[in-house]
Amino acid sequence: MTSAKLGMWVFLGTEILMFGGLFCAYSINRHMHPQVFAFAAESYLNVFWGTLNTLILISSSLTMAWGVRAAQLNQRKLLIVCLILTLMGAAGFMVIKTIEYSAKWDEHVWVGKWNAYNGLYKGSEPATPGPMPSPVVAVTPTSSAPTPTDANAGLDVSMIKPRYNGPGGLANQTIQQPQESRESLRDPQVIAERYRDLSASEQWHVNAFFSCYFLMTGLHGLHVLIGMGVITWLLIRAIKGEFSAEYFTPVDLVGLYWHLVDIIWIFLYPLLYLIH
Amino acid sequence: MKMAQSSEVPAPIADDIGPHAPEGAHAVPRRILLSVYFTLLVFTGVTWAVSRVDLGQANIWIALAIAFVKASIVALYFMHLRWDSPFNGIVIIAAFFFVALFIGISMLDTHTYHQALKPTPTSVITP
Repeated sequence: MTSAKLGMWVFLGTEILMFGGLFCAYSINRHMHPQVFAFAAESYLNVFWGTLNTLILISSSLTMAWGVRAAQLNQRKLLIVCLILTLMGAAGFMVIKTIEYSAKWDEHVWVGKWNAYNGLYKGSEPATPGPMPSPVVAVTPTSSAPTPTDANAGLDVSMIKPRYNGPGGLANQTIQQPQESRESLRDPQVIAERYRDLSASEQWHVNAFFSCYFLMTGLHGLHVLIGMGVITWLLIRAIKGEFSAEYFTPVDLVGLYWHLVDIIWIFLYPLLYLIH
Repeated sequence: MKMAQSSEVPAPIADDIGPHAPEGAHAVPRRILLSVYFTLLVFTGVTWAVSRVDLGQANIWIALAIAFVKASIVALYFMHLRWDSPFNGIVIIAAFFFVALFIGISMLDTHTYHQALKPTPTSVITP
């Protein structure tokens, strides 16, 4: 038991080191181009989904911890319920991640050559006036641009200047309700405006944010999928009644793994979604 | 606050597991599980709220500090580190230490090659 647990902790240590490399790339890129990260995160990341996923993952951590407790106390039915709830949390997380990734695909901001901000972009021409580094495509809004949502009706979005470009609150003065300003930052016209205000060097680095975003959340999502696999394995064994107060090491170790996945997301959430 | 109170109580609380339990096993009481969960929820709310206030450079450090506190709570209570062999804790602290060292030293010389990474006019235009 003790040695098995130590082995798991050493494995988790190597996991932290593996993610550490990505966090390092993130730190250097953000340190060098803070405005690029603010622009890309505000324009394309949805804080609502990110926050919801944080809550889901924390809740599934609770049910996992409770499952370990149930196994230790010989509560077989409760263990099964906890494992199912944890599995549902993980599935919910992946569903939201899929929604987010599909949105990125639709907005032409995927990785590498499928990212319109990448000079090597090979995808179809963006329907939205999303800016492209290639001079071939004009950045001016086209007629196919989605009309501003009701929240922005009657509001001249071209008046909004990026926050960092003037005295604080300049953008908020244009919009009567400051709470909605974050929402309006995802408007394609606002994105095009803000992109044009970036320097050439910064424009060139926008796709670095997406590389960081997809590598970090992608590796984390892979861990969630692996977690779903091992939790399913636990569930099958729990239904067979293989765990008891005398033997629950697998539940304990998978629990440790699942909590680490949660911990990594706890760091990813503010670093990716809450930039401004 | 509840956490502080419970830390006064000796580790094996009311419903500890039976005499046949493996060495080092400890069932975390329901009360601790739930208070840890609600603490995590509150901290998530705080992270989100603070991010909506522009504090300049301080924002990132506050966000990281809160994330670190949340991670510590998860490790101590959900991951049993508080009742575990201290050696397991040392392993994980060492991992975090080396990641911090890695990022810290990598950040030190970023300004030396910053200029070299700026694109030339030709590199922006795709052939």
